[in-house]
Amino acid sequence: MRRSSVLGRWFTAGSRVELIPQGRMSGPMPWVIAIMVAMTAIALAAGLALGNAVSAAKAEIDGGVTVQIIEPRADVREAQAARAVEAIKTMPGVAGLRQVPQAELDALIEPWLGTGIAAATGSAIPVPALIDVRLNGPASAAQLAAIAKRVTPVAPSARIDAQSNWLRPVFDAMVSLQVLAMVIVALLAGALAAAVLLAARSALGANRDTIEIVHLLGGTDAQVARVFQRSIGYDAAGGGAVGLALAMVVILTLGRRFEGLGAGLVDSGALVWSDWLILAVVPVLATLLAMLTARLTVLHALRKML
Amino acid sequence: MTSDGEIIHFDNVGLRYGTDREVLSDLTFTLYAGRFYFLTGASGAGKTSLLRLLYLAQRPSRGAIRMFGTDAITLPRAQLPVMRRRIGVVFQDFRLIEHLSAFDNVALPLRVAGHAEKDIAGPVRDILEWVGLTDRIDASPATLSGGEQQRVAIARAVIARPAMLVADEPTGNVDPDMAAKLIRLFEMLNRQGTTVVVATHDLDLLRKVPDSLIMRLDKGRLSDPTGALRYPPRKLT
Repeated sequence: MRRSSVLGRWFTAGSRVELIPQGRMSGPMPWVIAIMVAMTAIALAAGLALGNAVSAAKAEIDGGVTVQIIEPRADVREAQAARAVEAIKTMPGVAGLRQVPQAELDALIEPWLGTGIAAATGSAIPVPALIDVRLNGPASAAQLAAIAKRVTPVAPSARIDAQSNWLRPVFDAMVSLQVLAMVIVALLAGALAAAVLLAARSALGANRDTIEIVHLLGGTDAQVARVFQRSIGYDAAGGGAVGLALAMVVILTLGRRFEGLGAGLVDSGALVWSDWLILAVVPVLATLLAMLTARLTVLHALRKML
Repeated sequence: MTSDGEIIHFDNVGLRYGTDREVLSDLTFTLYAGRFYFLTGASGAGKTSLLRLLYLAQRPSRGAIRMFGTDAITLPRAQLPVMRRRIGVVFQDFRLIEHLSAFDNVALPLRVAGHAEKDIAGPVRDILEWVGLTDRIDASPATLSGGEQQRVAIARAVIARPAMLVADEPTGNVDPDMAAKLIRLFEMLNRQGTTVVVATHDLDLLRKVPDSLIMRLDKGRLSDPTGALRYPPRKLT
C-alpha cells in the first residue's frame, strides 16, 4: 500500500469528508474577520494616503524659501524687492526664484477684502512683496543665514523663512496620524489573532471527543492542527475578501469626496497603484495570520493532552 | 517486540487520578505476542484504567511500562502516534465519530496513517463485509443499532492490522448471539497473530475461547488465576 508523503493527507486534500464538521462561511468568525480586514484596509489606506501627501508636500516645499519685504511704502518696498532679487539670484545653491506679481498678491487677499480697495479708500493695502526662492536642496539654517546676510544690507525690511517651517506643525500632525493609522493596523491584527484564538479554542472544546479518538488511533498533533488551520483559513479567506470589498467601497467613496475638495495637499495624498497592491495583500496576510494563530493555539492545547 | 515474544511489560505500575487513592496498584505482568487475554473483575476494579494504560491514553503515576520493546514512560510525546498505530482499540462506548459514515469511521486509522485514498476503499469494504455490514456502509452511527455500531468499532480497531487489539467490554451492548459472533471475530484476528486483550465481566465469554488466558483485577490489584502473567503462561482449564 503506497503511503502519502505527508502524514494526514486525508485532512488536507482529496478527502470526501471533514473530520471536524464546519460549514464554510458559517458562524460569526468569517464576519468578524471581514470587519477586521475592512477596518485594517481603511486604516492602512489612510496611513498610505497621509504618507503620500506628506512626501509630495515635502518634496515640493523642502527647498522653498520665502522672502517677504514688509514695508508700508510701496516705492521703497518695490525697490528693496528688486535689489533682493538681484542679490539672491547670483547666490550658489539657488535653483530659481520668482517675485510674486502684485496681481497674484491681490488675488490672495481678494476673498477677504474684495476688489477696488484703493479706489474706495484712496490707498492700497500694503501687502508685503513676496519672492519665492527655490534651492537645489532642502533649506538649511546655514542657507537661510547666508540669504539673510546677502539680502539684509540691500533690503532691510526683508524677512526670510523656509517654507517647510510654516508647514512643520501640519507635517507633524500628519505624521502623527500616520503613526496612529499604523498602530490601529497593528491593534486590529492583534484583535484578529485574539478572535481566532478564541474561535480555535471553542472549536477544540466542541470537538474534543473527535480529537481524542484521532489521537488514540495514532493521529498526530500536526494532523489535527491542520484540520483547524484549514477550516479557519477558509473562513478567513472568505471573510477577508468580503472585508476588502467593503473597504474598497469606503476608500473609493472617501477618495471621491476628498477629490471634490480640490485642496492641493489632499490631492497629493491619492493612492498609487503600489498602495492598492498593499491593500490587496491585507486579506492574504489576515488569512495567514488567522491560520498561524489557529495552528499555534491548537498545537498548544493539544500538548496538554497525552 | 522482544525475542521471547513479549510485547507489553508492566513493572510495579500504579495509577491515581489527581490526589485520590490509587485505582491501580503494584501491577507487574507481561503480555506475549499472539495470545488471547481476558481481563476480568467487578465494576470499578480498574479494568478500563488498565486498558487506558495499554492503549496509551494515560501515563501511570509510577512504575515502568515497556511496549513493543520501547520504554513507554520516557517515550517522547511525538512518538506516541507511531506506537498507538500498532494498537487497535474497541471502546466500551464505541466512540464512533457521529458525522462520519460507517465507511469513513472504519477508514479513519488508515487515513491517519497516511494511506492513499485509492488504497483505502478496498480494505475498508472487505473489513465491513467481514463484520457483516456491507449493506450499512454509508450509514451514519446514529442510524446503526448497538450491535452494528459495535461491529463498526471493531472493524475500525482491526483495519490497520494492529499488533495488539484492546477491547473494553466489547459484548456489553449486544445479545448473546452477537457476542459469540464478535468473539469469533477476535479469535480469527488472534489466529492471524494479533495479541488480543478483552476486558469483560461476562464469565461465559471466557469459556468460548479455550486457549485464552485470564487476568483478574480486584480493587486495582492483579491476580493470576490461570498463570497468564507467568512465562510461559498456563492455558485456561
